[in-house]
Amino acid sequence: MKNLDARIPDGPLHEKWTRFKNTCKLVNPANKRKLDVIVVGTGLAGASAAAALGEQGYNVTVFCYQDSPRRAHSIAAQGGINASKNYPNDGDSIYRLFYDTIKGGDYRAREANVHRLAEVSGSIIDQCVAQGVPFARDYGGYLDNRSFGGAQVSRTFYARGQTGQQLLLGAYGALNRQIALGNVKMFPRREMLNVVVIDGKARGIITRNLVTGEIERYGAHAVILATGGYGNVYFLSTNAMGSNVSAAWQAHRKGAFFANPCYTQIHPTCIPVHGDYQSKLTLMSESLRNDGRIWVPKKKEDAEKLQKGQIKPADVKEEDRDYYLERRYPAFGNLVPRDVASRAAKERADAGFGVNNTGLAVYLDFADSIKRLGKHVIEERYGNLFQMYEKIVDEDGYTQGMMIYPAVHYTMGGLWVDYHLMTTIPGLFCAGEANFSDHGANRLGASALMQGLADGYFVLPYTVGDYLATEIKTPRFKTDSQEFETAHKEVKDRIDRFFSVNGNETVDSFHKKLGKIMWENVGMGRTEQTLKTALKEIPELRNEFWKNVYVPGKPDEFNQELEKAGRVADFLELGELMALDALNRRESCGGHFREESQTEEGEALRHDDQFSYVAAWEYKEGVKFELHTEPLKYEVIQVQQRNYK
Amino acid sequence: MDFTLKIWRQNAPKEKGAFETYKISGITPDCSFLEMLDQLNEQLVREKKNPVAFDHDCREGICGMCSLYINGRPHGPDDDITTCQLHMRKFKDGDTITIEPWRAGPFPVIKDLVVDRQAFDKILQAGGFISVNTGAAQDANTILVPRDKAEEAMDAAACIGCGACVAACKNSSAMLFVAAKVSQLALLPQGKPEATKRVKAMVAKMDELGFGGCTNTGACEAECPKNISISHIARLNREYLCAKLKD
Repeated sequence: MKNLDARIPDGPLHEKWTRFKNTCKLVNPANKRKLDVIVVGTGLAGASAAAALGEQGYNVTVFCYQDSPRRAHSIAAQGGINASKNYPNDGDSIYRLFYDTIKGGDYRAREANVHRLAEVSGSIIDQCVAQGVPFARDYGGYLDNRSFGGAQVSRTFYARGQTGQQLLLGAYGALNRQIALGNVKMFPRREMLNVVVIDGKARGIITRNLVTGEIERYGAHAVILATGGYGNVYFLSTNAMGSNVSAAWQAHRKGAFFANPCYTQIHPTCIPVHGDYQSKLTLMSESLRNDGRIWVPKKKEDAEKLQKGQIKPADVKEEDRDYYLERRYPAFGNLVPRDVASRAAKERADAGFGVNNTGLAVYLDFADSIKRLGKHVIEERYGNLFQMYEKIVDEDGYTQGMMIYPAVHYTMGGLWVDYHLMTTIPGLFCAGEANFSDHGANRLGASALMQGLADGYFVLPYTVGDYLATEIKTPRFKTDSQEFETAHKEVKDRIDRFFSVNGNETVDSFHKKLGKIMWENVGMGRTEQTLKTALKEIPELRNEFWKNVYVPGKPDEFNQELEKAGRVADFLELGELMALDALNRRESCGGHFREESQTEEGEALRHDDQFSYVAAWEYKEGVKFELHTEPLKYEVIQVQQRNYK
Repeated sequence: MDFTLKIWRQNAPKEKGAFETYKISGITPDCSFLEMLDQLNEQLVREKKNPVAFDHDCREGICGMCSLYINGRPHGPDDDITTCQLHMRKFKDGDTITIEPWRAGPFPVIKDLVVDRQAFDKILQAGGFISVNTGAAQDANTILVPRDKAEEAMDAAACIGCGACVAACKNSSAMLFVAAKVSQLALLPQGKPEATKRVKAMVAKMDELGFGGCTNTGACEAECPKNISISHIARLNREYLCAKLKD
């Protein structure tokens, strides 16, 4: 087992980041021009990092698989972004945001990282407003806030139900400005397929040009991966169709440790599954829980009638409704954290109280809020969400309420990074959802946007500089070295292998089978038995994939089936690691619920004496994994059983 | 439900394309349009044929990646949505559906239904931003924005950059796209210092890239999935005129 040094600065918690900034190494402007940085991914973390590093004068090269950096899936985040501004004067502070995030993460995140996140949160809002992000405002022209799950203060800034879109367009604007100034070069429709390691340091990447199929080489002094999460391993998730683990996974295969892969977030408010041709699930923002009340019928006969379509939700009398979150968690009510809300919905559905034809749905009802505030207020706050619901389900959410059910949404696990956001490969950084760092075992709503922008705007510009200060004498990398040749050949060989299989099954059919194994065995509730089933079935499916997959077309052309094949091949390895990690962690924490480990009331039961650590896995030849651990030390926060009652 | 699909197939940018006809059956009304195409592609791959290439990503109407000209309308027969949010219940059983890529000079076809929209990025690179370096910003609440202005700016900022406005316009004009960004930033105090420079640079870039002129037919507004109003084009024209008068 290797010693994982997180390189956390000395000193009291609230001084660590300041001390780091005061003492980190700097690069002078003339040297910055000679240093190349690669950024992969253009979501909030990638776009903001690329823009900020470009502003500082580094030579930045950016890649994304979409046709434009503006398409990255951060764009789909709806509800908002947290910051401890305390504008509403309701008791918020840096400490409280830090505390809520650690607690929300079920005491499985690193204190120093989370405190830094809370410290820079206010600057993010300042920066975004200066960029022209049209946040919601009060009549006086001041910024408005709303509340979100897992917090008792209102610290969420928002732009209607499109906050992620507006923040991403702000970062995209900053990126465009640097592109126009010539500091950043943008390469869209490129997929990173390998990382090049020279003398133990990350020195470049290999990409495939998705239009021409050409394999390309790019060298740099440092590489930043901001490539998002891996929720699509479940096939059905709220992620974009193209969201994938491949960049992170290739880095993992080259020596970057993968941390806490079993921590996946199942979001409680998504539109329920409706058919087996379905390609993705749609999230209904958690912000709806501010004004919506979640319920199922108290009586089983009402549930059965609703399932058969014999009655409408309005036919169920008030006294026959079970507002189960308000009942179980009076202090937080409908605003409990996501993992708690999701499990509570599953508990009711498993007990037979689900409400749609599959029995896998609960109601999110707005009747009370509409009565209290008027329909126009609800429309102003969530109009686009009601419209989205109506288009997909063909029902009016204002009068009928919404049917919702949990779905895979976010992955807290990711590449292991130290305090500098550097992976175990020197010079390879990882930011945003792709890393494991700040959310522990469960992420609070409106914190993903905060973390992505914190990493990109305010952390990486310092920590990457600190690393590059030791590289000022390293000349630019030529891409004809042996290491680039080898990495290029690995990519080419793998692509050729996809075509040489020439089997009979489509890539999607394998992806769907993998998703089913994952959802049933490594989903909302996991047991030793289900995990062992997954560990048996996934390698079998992977073998079948490499024997029987069919990829049409040619390697050197626009070929979407080939793109998917590469992503699914990587998911088929990741899925196994997720099950292995979940099996190893014989406790329940946050989004990871081992059914063997629960309190008498059915809440997640941690075992801090055994599992208060980050599980960081090393990839070994032949899809084997070795566990390393980083112990979590809590110096400021008193670790407790989470309680939202 | 059963459908006959007439789909534009084109192997590469410079190659000649043509419509091909496909039959698909057993589609349910709850199925989305792109899920219907997924099923067609699954069928084609099983027959060891090349699937139809089309752009898509978020499948919830916000990334702007999906396109498609369906039965003569960008994003198809429903209003205020993108193609990925279109459902088959909007069609009749047995319908013939014609599917084409965006048809506009500045958006060349890459393959089948996939077009190159980098021209939009280039227009925004010409000035569709506020020049502020990271870390330079003052406290957010020192910039006051009247609520109605903030709301109107948000209406414009909702643009997803899909290109339906260009595809709908007989002149392939990008005025609604450019107006949305110019208008958003012109409405906000933060955007004022660069307003003159911005509007001139963006309009010049739009012209340079070969987008046509605006003749106020309003097709762009009618087809915009985000309901962006052509009143923003009026604001763009005002901004442009004022900027030019200062020259």
